[in-house]
Amino acid sequence: MRKNKLLTAFAILVFVFMIAPLIIITVTAFGEGSAITFPIKTFSVKWFVNVFALKSFRISFVTSLEIALLATVIALLVGIPAAYALARSGMKGRGFLKSVFLSPTIVPGIVIGFVLYQFLVLTLKIPVFVGLLAGHFMVTLPYVIRVVGSSLDQFDFSVEEAAWSLGCTKTGAFFRVVLPNITSGISAAFMLAFINSFNNIPVSMFLSGPGVSTFPATLMNYIEYNYDPTVSAVSVVLMAVTVLLMVIVDKTLGVAALAK
Amino acid sequence: MAFMTLQDIDVRYDKKKQILKGLNLEVKEGELVSLLGPSGCGKTTTLRVVAGFIEPENGVFALDGEDLTKVPVHKRNFGIVFQSYALFPHLSVYDNVAFGLKMRKLSKAEVDKKVKNILEICGLTEFSVRFPQQMSGGQRQRVALARALVIEPKLLLLDEPLSNLDAKLRINMRVEIKRIQKQLGITTLFVTHDQEECFSISDKVAVMNQGVIEQFDTPETIYHRPKTEFVARFIGFENFLPLNKHGDVYKSEAGAVFTVEGASGEDSLMGTIRPEDIRVAEEGQTKNILTGTIGVRTFLGKTYQYEVETEAGKFLVNRPADESYEEGSTLRLYLPETKLILVKR
Repeated sequence: MRKNKLLTAFAILVFVFMIAPLIIITVTAFGEGSAITFPIKTFSVKWFVNVFALKSFRISFVTSLEIALLATVIALLVGIPAAYALARSGMKGRGFLKSVFLSPTIVPGIVIGFVLYQFLVLTLKIPVFVGLLAGHFMVTLPYVIRVVGSSLDQFDFSVEEAAWSLGCTKTGAFFRVVLPNITSGISAAFMLAFINSFNNIPVSMFLSGPGVSTFPATLMNYIEYNYDPTVSAVSVVLMAVTVLLMVIVDKTLGVAALAK
Repeated sequence: MAFMTLQDIDVRYDKKKQILKGLNLEVKEGELVSLLGPSGCGKTTTLRVVAGFIEPENGVFALDGEDLTKVPVHKRNFGIVFQSYALFPHLSVYDNVAFGLKMRKLSKAEVDKKVKNILEICGLTEFSVRFPQQMSGGQRQRVALARALVIEPKLLLLDEPLSNLDAKLRINMRVEIKRIQKQLGITTLFVTHDQEECFSISDKVAVMNQGVIEQFDTPETIYHRPKTEFVARFIGFENFLPLNKHGDVYKSEAGAVFTVEGASGEDSLMGTIRPEDIRVAEEGQTKNILTGTIGVRTFLGKTYQYEVETEAGKFLVNRPADESYEEGSTLRLYLPETKLILVKR
């Protein structure tokens, strides 16, 4: 193929545009001064130490982990059967149901956050943690249905029929034959849902309450009052964790599993 | 006594399109019966009704005198081989075959004995630790067969099992299937659209068209004596000639006189003949003659095939390569009365 120089230059420009801020943030995290500056004058890791020293960060980090983990597990428990039903049943309105399930990815997060706030917090007055969990469940469910659904679509239906013909009930066949063959889809769904829940801001902002807040929400709060390199350090830590997760996904399933 | 019967089976798709229309079929114990037909004729649907994947709208499916119409798949105890083989990708060959036995809660020793026995019959002993993805099409096919047979099914159902194999393997496998079927004496239904495959393997053939069985006979009878125009066309009778009864003889629409061996009572029929059974008329012959002009001549190796434009339309004629005729010349065709067959229009 003939290389188009203009196109190459354009691609590099876009790449720089995307990567440069991340590099700058990473560099500023290692500055010693109490304001974020670039380039840095002296090197220090004290802001990284600060990240782990701050109590509100520690607590909200654990909260975020709990919420992301629980929401993802519940989304898997609900989403896998739902995806199965969508993939296997020949009922009418299947396409419509599928779009309903996927709608939370299309509707702006701020809208979902506001609606849930109105409904769960103001009307039902449910505990903050449960409210957050419900919100995150809503945000993660579409990813599970979509990723598991595409794994199921690729799985030959007659393999299940073969299991039935060999004396397996429909439920038995689901556990013995279907589940073992969609594990890669399930782990991809898990990763994707987990990352999305952990990074979510709009839903968490609305549903956080006194004493219970997610990590990104706490971080937002912190930035409002303290504009020091702790923020950069946190960003670096988050990026590192996300990259690590993606590498694990890529090594085990291939990044393509997430794009399906 | 029929071992397996399908009685007045109706199947509809989405409450609209009717796929099976009052289908009837009787199979004797130990027989291998093929369902033959073009795609969309309902042969796979018939198999799926027998398997229990589809519940018919009307009709009864019975086996050995027992009505099984409403019995769910997993309680029928039938062995099924799918077109895609449908092996369990996460299990080894051994575990694939053992799956059905484990469902039946057999002891480990019994499972082991039966699995090893069937793997041996199917020539798979050395592959028992492999996984499906590591095997060739023919080997997977055999695993699928072993998995279906190991549960000692009352019925073996094969859905186009050979269509994903290459030509040479297909011939080996069909001999293999027939050998195993006879060895175990298991009643078998075989779905295919390939007539050669079907004739070579079956005790009896049911030719299907648009949701009904057009003819149910031995392969020989179907090959030589098709009963309907559809069956005739499907199994290679290329030439058709509308005939009407006039006393003892039949006349074509153009008035040519034909005599036919084993003529039936009906007045308006279709005469049909295979391209290789048509002769070139000798001087003085007047009966069973059709005159036409040679259009295209095609070389087929041992024979030439001529497309002859006659008064009754296009006729395909195969003649040995040593008696060649030129394109454009006139040919008097003789349709021997033993080879000309009458079918329903």
